[in-house]
Amino acid sequence: MFNYNFRWAQALNSLPRMLEGALVTLEVAILSMVIGISIAVILTLFRLSGSRLLSAIASTWVEIARNTPALFQIYMVHFGLGGFGIHLSPYLSLLIGIAFNNAGYLAENFRGALKGIPETQTRAARSLGMTPVQAFRYVVMPQMLRISFLPMTNQMVWAILMTSLGTVVAMNTDLYGVTSDLNARTFRTFELFAIAAVIFYLITKTVTLSARLLAARLFRY
Amino acid sequence: MIEIENVRKSFGPLEVLKGIDLTVAKGEVLTVIGGSGSGKSTLLTCINGLEPIDSGRILVDGTEVHARGTDLNKLRRRIGIVFQQFNAFPHLTVLENVMLAQRKVLGRPKTEAEAEAVRQLNHVGLGDKLKVYPGRLSGGQQQRMAIARALAMSPDYMLFDEVTSALDPQLVGEVLDTLRLLASEGMTMICVTHEMKFAREVSDRVAFFHQGIMAEIAPPAQLFGAPESAELRKFLAATA
Repeated sequence: MFNYNFRWAQALNSLPRMLEGALVTLEVAILSMVIGISIAVILTLFRLSGSRLLSAIASTWVEIARNTPALFQIYMVHFGLGGFGIHLSPYLSLLIGIAFNNAGYLAENFRGALKGIPETQTRAARSLGMTPVQAFRYVVMPQMLRISFLPMTNQMVWAILMTSLGTVVAMNTDLYGVTSDLNARTFRTFELFAIAAVIFYLITKTVTLSARLLAARLFRY
Repeated sequence: MIEIENVRKSFGPLEVLKGIDLTVAKGEVLTVIGGSGSGKSTLLTCINGLEPIDSGRILVDGTEVHARGTDLNKLRRRIGIVFQQFNAFPHLTVLENVMLAQRKVLGRPKTEAEAEAVRQLNHVGLGDKLKVYPGRLSGGQQQRMAIARALAMSPDYMLFDEVTSALDPQLVGEVLDTLRLLASEGMTMICVTHEMKFAREVSDRVAFFHQGIMAEIAPPAQLFGAPESAELRKFLAATA
């Protein structure tokens, strides 16, 4: 057990490739958040619409996203849809899977945030002649996003970590995929995954810290 | 002109307006007094169509508010309303608060909206708070901002729903001064209020609501000087 020979130099040679993988991971995470937030806003509107059908669609989405494993969601996008003849690349499957998950969690966060915004805000906007959509767009939504900013940051961190689940759909260009490939060839398992862990840690820390700085700039009120 | 004809309105089993008839002429200042639950605030939210009515009708310059084809968003541009809660939009600066609806509802260009906002904010004495967020303002300042926000839409009518009721006593005066200013400028106003002294000073007529009925309406000297009904005498004695 104690005579394992660490070979950091060899593992560190792979660093450039791993950093490229880290960029792919970050890209997938950012895109999945952009898509996830957009869909979550739409799901929130569905829930506010008063239409039974639209609310049911939104609730179903939220329930599945939050109560099944993310791994299962990504797997279903790739192999489940594959069964219907819809064949998506590993990259797209991973992206859609994570975006699906993000949208569900964020829609629930938005619902909570809306409870913190008094009904009188909408009333004031409407009495100034705004349509319901304008009142949401210009008065309610900015406040909703502000209240949800911290949960959104958490979800972003989750999205980064979830990219590692791409392994179930044979994704091999992200940080986890690259590391896993290198490991299969060199068997420097401990070194490689330790480096990957450090990179993951640095990315998520950077994201949380910049989010905090951004919040301080954006939300001065 | 605002014409209210036999308006009835219930919340569930509770009838809050039991057939109100009232006409407010252009340039008139009408104040509405009465105990809580007398229906006076509900009447205001019915006038700008925020609340539906059960029967009767309300006409604003001949447009029936609750008719099927009426464009309420368009109608509300002509009727400003200010509520008891200040309802400042917390994520926007004072200036942006007053500009938002001008830009999005009236489609005014930015420079024009800004000039109008600055004018109205100066008008209510907030010319030095343009870049401040509402969270930094006192209640009285927030309420004056809400008044400027409504005025910036160039309304023909202003409705004030107990605008001083949520304020600390020392801040009531500055808001009432703003209302007095508007009245002196000839704005058509309906003010629901508990400030009897204010009602006596600025009103052309005062209406007394009691349990969903407009029990009395008269010029202030007459209404306060020689109240006819027992309810009004009781109400005045209690608020004096």
